[in-house]
Amino acid sequence: MERQQVAISGLGGQGVLFLTRLLAETALAMGRDVLSSETHGMAMRGGAVISHLKVGPFDSPLIRDGQADLALYLAEENLQVHPGLIGRKTTVLVNSDRPDPHDGLDAGRLAEEAVGRRQAENLVLLGYALGRGHLFAETDRVLETLKRLSRTPAAFETNAKALAVGLDRSGRD
Amino acid sequence: MGETRILMGNEALARGLIENGCTMAASYPGTPASEILDAIQTMAREEGYPIHAQWSINEKVAYETALAHAYCGGRAAVSMKQVGLNVAADPFLSSAYIGVKGGFLVVSADDPGPHSSQTEQDSRLLAMLAKVPVLDPASPRQAKDLVAAAYDLSETHEIPVMIRPTTRVCHARQNVECRPLSARPRTPVFERNPGRWAATPKFRLILHGQLNEKLERIAASPLAEPVAINDPGGKTRAVVASGVVLAHAKEALAEDPRLDAELALFQVLMPYPLNLTALARALSPFEEVLVLEETAPVMEMQMAGLVDRPLVGRRTGFWPGAGEMTPDVVYAGLCRFTGLEAPAASPAAAPGRRPTLCAGCPHRAAFYALMEALPNGVYPSDIGCYTLGMNMGAVDTCLCMGASVAMGAGFAHTFGSESGKPVGATIGDSTFFHSGIPPLINAVSHGASFVLLILDNGTTAMTGHQPTPALERFQVSAVGKTVSLEKACRACGVDFLEIGDPYEYDAFLEILRRAADFAAQGGGPAVVISRHPCLMDRHQDETHERRGFQVTENCVDCGVCQERFGCPALVRGGEERMIILPHLCAGCGVCAYICPMEAIEEV
Repeated sequence: MERQQVAISGLGGQGVLFLTRLLAETALAMGRDVLSSETHGMAMRGGAVISHLKVGPFDSPLIRDGQADLALYLAEENLQVHPGLIGRKTTVLVNSDRPDPHDGLDAGRLAEEAVGRRQAENLVLLGYALGRGHLFAETDRVLETLKRLSRTPAAFETNAKALAVGLDRSGRD
Repeated sequence: MGETRILMGNEALARGLIENGCTMAASYPGTPASEILDAIQTMAREEGYPIHAQWSINEKVAYETALAHAYCGGRAAVSMKQVGLNVAADPFLSSAYIGVKGGFLVVSADDPGPHSSQTEQDSRLLAMLAKVPVLDPASPRQAKDLVAAAYDLSETHEIPVMIRPTTRVCHARQNVECRPLSARPRTPVFERNPGRWAATPKFRLILHGQLNEKLERIAASPLAEPVAINDPGGKTRAVVASGVVLAHAKEALAEDPRLDAELALFQVLMPYPLNLTALARALSPFEEVLVLEETAPVMEMQMAGLVDRPLVGRRTGFWPGAGEMTPDVVYAGLCRFTGLEAPAASPAAAPGRRPTLCAGCPHRAAFYALMEALPNGVYPSDIGCYTLGMNMGAVDTCLCMGASVAMGAGFAHTFGSESGKPVGATIGDSTFFHSGIPPLINAVSHGASFVLLILDNGTTAMTGHQPTPALERFQVSAVGKTVSLEKACRACGVDFLEIGDPYEYDAFLEILRRAADFAAQGGGPAVVISRHPCLMDRHQDETHERRGFQVTENCVDCGVCQERFGCPALVRGGEERMIILPHLCAGCGVCAYICPMEAIEEV
């Protein structure tokens, strides 16, 4: 993929910023141009937040309505809050505990089962997207970056495990 | 040898400053500017670069501290959010007349939207008011690149120079080339010249004349010339843009050949002062000109009458008068300007979950106690995480930094203590240091009787846990000292001061009741310090044991814990009973105190 626009939507505290950074650093390691945009400040206290990530030759840090190639919704309720990103070409993956018209999985529950921390749901959903081949990067590339960004070897192990759960689920159906 | 790094716009600005020899930087945190000083401190420490980089008590103090360095020939910078520049407006305007020796940059970050601010004000307009040149970067990379040009401009003309990024530059990330840092400290020289550095009104008139001449020279510099972004040949209409909206427009043209075929796009790097001669020359071939900028018509006002063709922009109602100029707004506008059908409007968005105080936030317990001790009161508050006390009905006003104290006094004078209308003001520890001390002295000296609850969580939480003067990590040198919040309050002259931990809810409530009595009897301001560390702050140790709690069958689903206390870890379970979400619960146990049915117990 020469160009990719990825939107990551969630609630403050769900690790939207971490996913954005992980993907941006991965793109850099691949020698690609990156632009991203983040939500900071008050909204980070549990409010609805969104990150935009653009890999390839772009100028604006924001994605225009309907132009996202991939939209990751860490909170299902945000489908109504950030609806504009989704266009005809958008792949939508949702962290959801119920079947819905979009593709997705119950990342929160899977994270809790696999690593005992619901907070790892961001990486479960990312693993799922990687497994489905929806991202500009290969899994190994993302794992390399994850290793660099994880604070401790133990944290990396937990993070990699969460990613693996998502990857594993992506091949099931 | 350089290396490429992914930098946030604020980090790119920080990198630009220290790569270009900045040896003093000062700031007060505020979204979207907070990460600039954080990044300077981190990069300088990691790469052994010598710089005095301090968090200051407020923006005015930051400005004046760094300015002194520039008086002595060193390169200095001060960074803040746009409303911080209001606080520093006095030295900002005055220093434009006096000027500097070493390069002096003012980074004032605007927040169109607004996403995390009380206004959408345009710092470029303040630069124009102050007669200070301002550069308007369109991306993190450009923000970094412009620092070198800004320092050159500042030193050539001995004038402060503003860099004005917006949220979408500050909080964008981009791959940016970084150079190794090399120390090149200059020997400080202060040349005595009272006619300049301490100018009286008579000399001020002379300085004003000199400032006007500087601006004329600056407007004639190459940096002020408009830059052609695409091939202007054969186009009938022109767009003149500055800031991140230029990036939105550039991308729109790249993606829609119909726009690129019709529009000539120009970037202005320095929206004030404009090089009007160069602009008139560049724009002469076009039948119509559109001005694209955020948030005020700064270029548009200067360009009035410049060309004898229609000039379209915010002043003519072409652009909305409020709100962020997103890529969608820009794209639709460019289509309209070109006579193309504009894309369908975006689907309506639901408001989305509102931000809330975190589970276990000590502020929540403190607010709850305040409402219990001072029922039916007036609750002026302030700027910080605790503004979210609004969700609990514990925040009635939020004006600007430090206003809670003076407004608390104002409400107290308005009602009088005999009216029985209590006033309970709340302010955070960092905000109190920032601008709460002068109004507290004022309240003491005028006998304003109200309760002032200082929410001391040991950090500036909202902006990313920057230190306050009460903390050792505020200091940049070993000779610094911490400043005690309670001693500062006592020194203001208050006769009632008590400190409590809101997690010890019942005892804390008693303190607030005593404070309420003191104020009701007209004893002057009663200060209560609510002291408990922010749970999100990695710099502070947890002071409580994380215990598990559960809701028992005594729960009658009265909703008090959810609607009035508002802890996000307490949700309706579906069986007419509340449940506690273990992954969110911080185990503070305050809900067990406030549950009227005593239906929450330790597991």
